[in-house]
Amino acid sequence: MFVINCPYCGEREQSEFKAGGEAHIIRPKQPTELSDDEWAEYLFMRKNIKGVQFERWNHAHGCRKWFNVVRDTSNDAIKAVYKMGEKPPTY
Amino acid sequence: MTKNLRVKTSKFIDETYKISFKFNRTTYYGYKGDTLASALLANDVHLVGRSFKYHRPRGIMTAGSEEPNAIVQLHNNSARTEPNVRATEIEIYEGLEASSQNCWPSVNFDIGGINNFLSPVLPAGFYYKTFMWPASFWEKYEYFIRKSAGLGKSPTEPDPDIYEHKYIHCDVLVVGAGIAGILAAKTAAKNGFKTLLLDEKSYLGGSTIYQNIENHKINNQISNSWLEKEINEIKKLKNLEIKVRTSVAAFHGYNFLLARENLTDHLPLDQRKNKTRHRLLKIRAKKVIMATGSLERPLIFDNNDRPGILLSSAIEKYANLFGVACGEKGVLFTNNDSGYETAISLFQKGINIEAIIDNRENIDSKLIKEIEKNNIKVFKGYTVVNTSGYKRINNVSIMQLSKDGQKVVGPKLSIACDYLGISGGWTPAVHLFTQSGGKLKFRDEDQVFIPNIYSSDQISIGSCNGDFTLDEILSSIPNKLKEFLDLKKSDYDDLEVQSSFNKSKRNIWLLPSDKVIGKTKPFVDYQNDATAKDIKLALREGFRSIEHVKRYTTTGMGTDQGKLGNMHALGIISETAGSKMGELGTTTFRPPYTPLTFGTIVGRNVGEYFDIFRKTPIHEWHVQNKAEFENVGQWKRAWYYPKNGESMHNAVQRESKAARDSAGILDASTLGKIDIQGTDASEFLNRVYTNAWSKLAIGRCRYGLMLNEDGMVYDDGVTTRLDENHYIMTTTTGGAATVLGKLEDYLQTEWPELDVYLTSVTDHYATISVCGPNSKKIVSQVIPDLDFSDKSFPHMSFKNAKIDKIKCRVMRISFTGEQSYEINVQANYGKSVWEKCMEIGKEFNITPYGTETMHLLRAEKGFIIVGQDTDATMTPIDLQMDWIVSKKKYDFIGKRSLYRSDTIKEDRKQLVGLLTENPDEVLEEGAQIVADIKKSPIEMLGHVTSSYYSPNLKKSIALGVVRGGKNMIGHKLIIPMENKNINVTVADPVFLDKENKRINA
Amino acid sequence: MKNKYSIFSLIKNAFSHHENWGMAWKDPAPKKEYDAVIIGGGGHGLATAYYLAKKHDMKNIAVVEKGWIGGGNTGRNTTIIRSNYLWDASAGLYDHALKIWEGLSQELNYNVMFSQRGVINLAHNLQDVRDLKRRTHANRLNGIDAVYLNTQEIKKFCPIINTSQDIRYPVLGGTLQRRAGTARHDAVAWGYARGADEMGVDIIQNCEVKGIKRNEDTVEGIETTKGFIKTKKIGVVAAGHSSVIANMAGLRLPLESKPLQALVSEPVKPVIDTVVMSNAVHAYVSQSDKGELVIGAGTDDYISYSQKGSHDIVEGTLNAILELYPIFSRMRMLRQWGGIVDICPDASPIISKTSIKGLYFNCGWGTGGFKATPGSGDLFAHTIANDEPHKLNAAFNINRFVSGDLVDEHGAAAVAH
Repeated sequence: MFVINCPYCGEREQSEFKAGGEAHIIRPKQPTELSDDEWAEYLFMRKNIKGVQFERWNHAHGCRKWFNVVRDTSNDAIKAVYKMGEKPPTY
Repeated sequence: MTKNLRVKTSKFIDETYKISFKFNRTTYYGYKGDTLASALLANDVHLVGRSFKYHRPRGIMTAGSEEPNAIVQLHNNSARTEPNVRATEIEIYEGLEASSQNCWPSVNFDIGGINNFLSPVLPAGFYYKTFMWPASFWEKYEYFIRKSAGLGKSPTEPDPDIYEHKYIHCDVLVVGAGIAGILAAKTAAKNGFKTLLLDEKSYLGGSTIYQNIENHKINNQISNSWLEKEINEIKKLKNLEIKVRTSVAAFHGYNFLLARENLTDHLPLDQRKNKTRHRLLKIRAKKVIMATGSLERPLIFDNNDRPGILLSSAIEKYANLFGVACGEKGVLFTNNDSGYETAISLFQKGINIEAIIDNRENIDSKLIKEIEKNNIKVFKGYTVVNTSGYKRINNVSIMQLSKDGQKVVGPKLSIACDYLGISGGWTPAVHLFTQSGGKLKFRDEDQVFIPNIYSSDQISIGSCNGDFTLDEILSSIPNKLKEFLDLKKSDYDDLEVQSSFNKSKRNIWLLPSDKVIGKTKPFVDYQNDATAKDIKLALREGFRSIEHVKRYTTTGMGTDQGKLGNMHALGIISETAGSKMGELGTTTFRPPYTPLTFGTIVGRNVGEYFDIFRKTPIHEWHVQNKAEFENVGQWKRAWYYPKNGESMHNAVQRESKAARDSAGILDASTLGKIDIQGTDASEFLNRVYTNAWSKLAIGRCRYGLMLNEDGMVYDDGVTTRLDENHYIMTTTTGGAATVLGKLEDYLQTEWPELDVYLTSVTDHYATISVCGPNSKKIVSQVIPDLDFSDKSFPHMSFKNAKIDKIKCRVMRISFTGEQSYEINVQANYGKSVWEKCMEIGKEFNITPYGTETMHLLRAEKGFIIVGQDTDATMTPIDLQMDWIVSKKKYDFIGKRSLYRSDTIKEDRKQLVGLLTENPDEVLEEGAQIVADIKKSPIEMLGHVTSSYYSPNLKKSIALGVVRGGKNMIGHKLIIPMENKNINVTVADPVFLDKENKRINA
Repeated sequence: MKNKYSIFSLIKNAFSHHENWGMAWKDPAPKKEYDAVIIGGGGHGLATAYYLAKKHDMKNIAVVEKGWIGGGNTGRNTTIIRSNYLWDASAGLYDHALKIWEGLSQELNYNVMFSQRGVINLAHNLQDVRDLKRRTHANRLNGIDAVYLNTQEIKKFCPIINTSQDIRYPVLGGTLQRRAGTARHDAVAWGYARGADEMGVDIIQNCEVKGIKRNEDTVEGIETTKGFIKTKKIGVVAAGHSSVIANMAGLRLPLESKPLQALVSEPVKPVIDTVVMSNAVHAYVSQSDKGELVIGAGTDDYISYSQKGSHDIVEGTLNAILELYPIFSRMRMLRQWGGIVDICPDASPIISKTSIKGLYFNCGWGTGGFKATPGSGDLFAHTIANDEPHKLNAAFNINRFVSGDLVDEHGAAAVAH
């Protein structure tokens, strides 16, 4: 079980958090102008990376803030955390 | 007549404290400090159980948690009985009762023993090759297979014991309190680290503490007395917490470990009352020091499983720690110097040793010299080729090994004995290390896997790291600790260690025999009866990977998880397949290290603590008024209020009628309530609901439908504009938390530019809904200062008010189709306001109603319940709620999905009303709807989602979803039940008061 | 047929101390080219190869497996087999599989120990009751043998369940499918491997796919750790690693790979003779022929390929087990492990062609793929051989995520109200 360093609260047990999947999928600004294919791409298609993934977590049982985590999904090692809107670190 | 093999007092055994216990219904005696195994051995009992597959007699083999054979059923009591308890671990207590497992009628005479004679046709995986004919017979074969498999018996009554959890955060966790662990714990604690030291045994000091031989000295003292002083010192350290009888079960990522602290299993039964049995420690350690020691390896030869064959180190421990001899005529068989340490210990205690068989040739060491000095015969370069004695070993056959160790040569000698100690060297206990994600490397010199790459902040020290001798351990530890803990010096920098241990070992995984392997039974996994020839068979059949061999032969899959034999299995595979052992890898060591009781894992989360239950502020009133309750999410909601033994049906009919005829009252406090504030609150609602919100006037309420981004209905509820920038949103009861989560998600991640704040206020308010034609008369007396005139307070509007100086919010909204007022008041006033409504409502026969009546009333009116009439495949259009989907709004959550090629189809399932041909026939919710029952396969058009007998309409009504139902009003359809077909007509889903006269009345 | 397995061959071989058994499957080096290559040597992949060879006369095919066959989810699941699904498409798919299961041991001459001991699904709240009744009605009309049982009938069928109405989430009823049950997971992989090998399929283990070579929109072969293999048809059956392979081909799939855990207890004598599943409190339990209680835990909510899940999931599962079976409190967990499950948004699988010619995917089985193994292999083989889906897997095409015609088994277990 991970220890996640919430950018607002500090290190907390994983059980306080909820995962929110792949990060930086931007909701289209003009959905009605997308084709069904393009909309499906946004809605369902995922990289589902094995390796370093940028993902969203929510401190659901804490400050309720959403933030981003960089984690290697092959061994679950967390590399970095950063707030929403901050520039993602490079990995 | 049993013998007494207690040889000499040991300071670990309290001979003044005699304990009686029963094994297989015979009473025996032992002393405080004994394990069941040591006490049985003291009574010369070796035969303890029968093996899994061949039902071969088996005895005690080890003195620890690696025991494969001596596993027993503990307690007779149907609630406390416990299967598969290792006799080597359980400390005896007054009243202990244990019995042998997997044998019938008794361990001495076991019918299942016939399997041993059938063994030629029962090789590894035999069951994959047979029991296939006739095809229908597998169930019958399986019945017998299941009966003969299994080991002990499950309890049949609930467990009366208590378990609990404890969270521990520490700087340094030391696992294992052998000499390495003691040194590590002391070093860490003395240097200011908050330290926790755990050991699965009842005492500290590991094997060093009971080894009392001149050959091992530290600072000129015999090692055990030196260590004893260290132990006494660490007990005084205030930075150090020590827990014995505590076994680390699992080592997860991020230095999260689980350990089981055993608190009462060693106590007499009468002292266990009201005490916690096990405590599960959930440990987060900044640093972990693994000092888990090593396990002695057995040797693999024909019939190496007989009762009376033990690990050499176990024999030494029984003698030194428990003062017990394992028999009267002993033989030791070793491939390294450990066997001689045992011999010296036995000799010191006056326990007979007939001979030592050492597979090494030309070997010499101080230990051997000392043995030979005492006229014990040592056979160098020999191996055991067979043993005899069905229920107890009585003889070993030995032969000389060829130079290359591949075969045996010369004459066969025979030595009579009643016990045999075997030592195949040592295997580091790296199980927990690998669980944590650590990677091993193989050390060719002595054929061991040792830790190589660590996945977290941890080290392995002592014999679990492959340092087996005292001088190796003590010379490596100080520097390792200093580096790991970042220290300048340690107390142990200048230890003087004398240790005379010849490190040579002649490792032969499968010892040669004078017989062809097919005729031998060299056991690798004792419990599961997997032999070396099974492993070779698996390889021959193409099972190459270690995991395949393990699964095909079941090696390592017993309750001991192959702690003894896994290495030999690997060795035999690599020898047979000609591959290098280091490249073969190991099988995965899966948690737990030793089996962990379910009760321990669950702790207090049983019975009423399984899950919290949420109660409304008015809950007690419902209880007092004999409500039946329904679970909705974690909430307990009043379901209906039976009067004078009324049936549910009658109660609901009465409640429903009263609500329409006069007045009803409902506790709606469980509905989710989200307080929404901020200058962009209206824009936010525009984006999350399908309809438009900007123009909603202050003081007005509006029903909203929320979709998932996939266009499917997700939640619904009424939202009220309290002020320019202030709304209160209601959600479904079960959806409250997920809706808030979803809204926060969009707000924080998609629309951070919006000035909106969300707060859950579900628990802060009690919500009391009064409905019916007389509702206004009642609420206007409850809140006399408020103007309830329709003009001032129309349907779908809200007012702030006060009841006896207490602020409340009153909404005129309706889920029943009746005129209806919802009073929201601070939760702690909820019950008194409810009672006030009841009191005032008396003259109008105000009737409390529960969720069932609420469902019925709303169904009469054709209102949906999200989750009952929808199932995450329904769009608002499917629900015939096109009116709520704004055409003007540019976007809202889920909008785009409504226009996909399949979601715009006309023939989707759509919500309709259903009327039965026979008005008294009530449909079953969930029943399927078809047009043509003759068609094959039958085409299902939809299903019944809600169905009731309406006392107000005096007929059965139902809602359902039907493919293309929107255009089928008036069509006849069929509900095919198991024993009949019910004719229905598709109808408008609004059965009552389509014109909304009652709401606005 | 090589080495036919039977009690007679066992006895015969006993005389030669079992020294003469042949290999269940060979260990060939890859050829330069195959007519089709299946990526993934789990049950589904091996079954696909088996049916390609058997029913579609494609003999020059290979299965490439990065580890050892059956070592992924096939060897890690709790082996529950049932077909009582709600939607027509799912019922058709899973019952097709169930019918093959019923004769599979004989067909493969390998005892897969398919044990039709029945599967119970419990209802714990009123909406569960509605949902399970709805499913049972649909099953009946689809010719699937599920029945609805009330609490007393549940108790009678499985006496050790705690059916007291005073517990937190009492058992209100449930469904029973008698033809459902369990099978021996390893045997399924090994049996299909042996059968496929016999028909000439190359089973290549320890061969990891590193790339997919394509010419525009047509596949040409795969790069592996054992070299390049040329082929015109690639069937990907890589479960949790499906997205990894898809990314090599430049495709994205609607999948997330998450940890799913399971555990077994120490073996005991028979104590539960059926399979009991409870979605609401999340506890699945059956007993293996060896005597271990086999318990399925839940998935974690994050993506991971580490084959490890969090302890909270195991704890939550055992909480539920003891709620329903308080007699198991003193039983002990012997082993726990994790697998990687690839989950589709609608909790239904994909058995489909893709936009790249010659590239086919069979994935998205989530937590329940084992039960479909024979049917999935059969239908996927059909899809690969004909470049067209069989009518039973037509609904499980990848395009449904674009058009919106999902097979929402997940959503059908409704949202709370």
